[in-house]
Amino acid sequence: MVPIISIKNLTKTYASGFQALKGVNLDIRQGEIFALLGPNGAGKTTLIGIVCGIVRPGEGSITVGGHDIIRDYRAARSLIGLVPQELFTSYFETVSANVAMSRGLFGLAPDPARIEKVLKDLSLWDKKDSPVMTLSGGMKRRVLIAKALAHEPKILFLDEPTAGVDVELRRDMWSQVRRLRDEGVTIILTTHYIEEAEEMADRIGIISKGEIILTEDKAELMRKLGRKEMTLHLKDALATVPAPLAGHRLALANGGRELVFTYDSATERDGIAALFGDLAAAGILLKDVHTRQSSLEEIFVGLLKERS
Amino acid sequence: MNIEAIRTLYRFEMARTLRTPTQSIVSPVISTSLYFVVFGSAIGSRIQEIGGVNYGSFIVPGLIMLSLLTQSISNAAFGIYMPRFSGTIYEVLSAPISSLEAVIAYVGAAASKSVMLGLVILVTSLLFVPMTIVHPFWMVVFIVLSAFTFSLLGFIIGIWAESWERLELVPQLVVTPLTFLGGSFYSIDMLPPFWQKVSLFNPVVYLISCLRWSFFGKADVSIAASLAVIVAFLAVCLGVVAWIFRTGYRLKN
Repeated sequence: MVPIISIKNLTKTYASGFQALKGVNLDIRQGEIFALLGPNGAGKTTLIGIVCGIVRPGEGSITVGGHDIIRDYRAARSLIGLVPQELFTSYFETVSANVAMSRGLFGLAPDPARIEKVLKDLSLWDKKDSPVMTLSGGMKRRVLIAKALAHEPKILFLDEPTAGVDVELRRDMWSQVRRLRDEGVTIILTTHYIEEAEEMADRIGIISKGEIILTEDKAELMRKLGRKEMTLHLKDALATVPAPLAGHRLALANGGRELVFTYDSATERDGIAALFGDLAAAGILLKDVHTRQSSLEEIFVGLLKERS
Repeated sequence: MNIEAIRTLYRFEMARTLRTPTQSIVSPVISTSLYFVVFGSAIGSRIQEIGGVNYGSFIVPGLIMLSLLTQSISNAAFGIYMPRFSGTIYEVLSAPISSLEAVIAYVGAAASKSVMLGLVILVTSLLFVPMTIVHPFWMVVFIVLSAFTFSLLGFIIGIWAESWERLELVPQLVVTPLTFLGGSFYSIDMLPPFWQKVSLFNPVVYLISCLRWSFFGKADVSIAASLAVIVAFLAVCLGVVAWIFRTGYRLKN
């Protein structure tokens, strides 16, 4: 399938000399939720800014829906809605005037029915005549989303959509984002909350120091790079790992009362059966067993550490 | 051409004016009235006619030009500085709008406001002094051209400024003095010969002179020279704006 966004060898060096992007290649597939994950200063906002036309690109090329973002900027930008990281909006205007203005900027004729739908979807309808400055922070953020959706974009960029947002609103936004995806909108979100990427994304890209170091389906990523840990709670404490068990990747913990078995969730399924056989043969009795899969956060931290 | 976007941006800018009528209409009317009270009645009644025009009437074109220039600059500068300062400029930059369309909307709105203001001042002056307008067509041409040109200058200042202080710098330190010394309140004929020569280097002299000509049929300098100065200034401002958008200067980093 032709990617809806295709970024090739994109570089960006700011006037200060800071190299924000070092040859980024990235394809976004139509209809997916793509999470761009990276620490602060990794280049997430710069990358989004370039695709949306706010930051001047360095070398390289970008197409959106097949349209070059420089030569054919009108067609490219018409497809995109952008929700910026900061709360940027005209505070003195009403909610509906703000949203209607965004639609007009994209060259579309006023469409009160569309504005009404967007405001209702975001639970902003009863605030439509309030000036934006009278709203709470969470509501203001919704106004930004409504503005980005006013021109019916095919692609929605959410730059740190839930930074500083309370848990309830965060859940709320996640379900709204899923609903948009179900309507066929491609969604690219940046975040440094790994929980968010884990919860939302179909695919994950990890950016660090201006380079995309990995893009992968989320499930695949967690399967490939995820480690599993099985903790065996022993009936009787051990002083050392018994010799017959030395072939397994085992460590003693909790004063000898626990054995911790680390295994690769993808390839070592059969290792568990062998371990239990050896445990029974060695006469070691178990009280309890539990397993734990590493989170995306651990994978992420591990990847960044590997590279530094 | 994204006409809908120009219309949207223009309306949004105009709405800002209408939301703050005190700042945009009441305060210029009051300050103009004060000029008429002080210069027109209190002092003006003791000043003899200038070129057959009573002093109160004589200062009207200068007063209009004074407000037109300072308001054009501050409207346009504020209009673009504010979204840069607050960050809302992202929306214009990411919309399918060309630089030309953005300039037409921002500068058009700023110029419209100052033209409206000029007309308000003209109407206010009718309450205080008798007025005739010999060349109404040219009056409108000069008012619109000056408003548009100085709104472009304001737009440039609004992009160049990186602080509120800088935003005020050019209007306060350059334009206001040039306007006062440009014959708002006197004819440059009244100056000693040396200062008459010096005045000819002040572009505002040409603007006030041609506007005064459209009212009273008498000018300090030739109309052709005035038009040439306005058009040259307009061309310079257009060139700078084109350069700003080509390079993204202080708009896109």
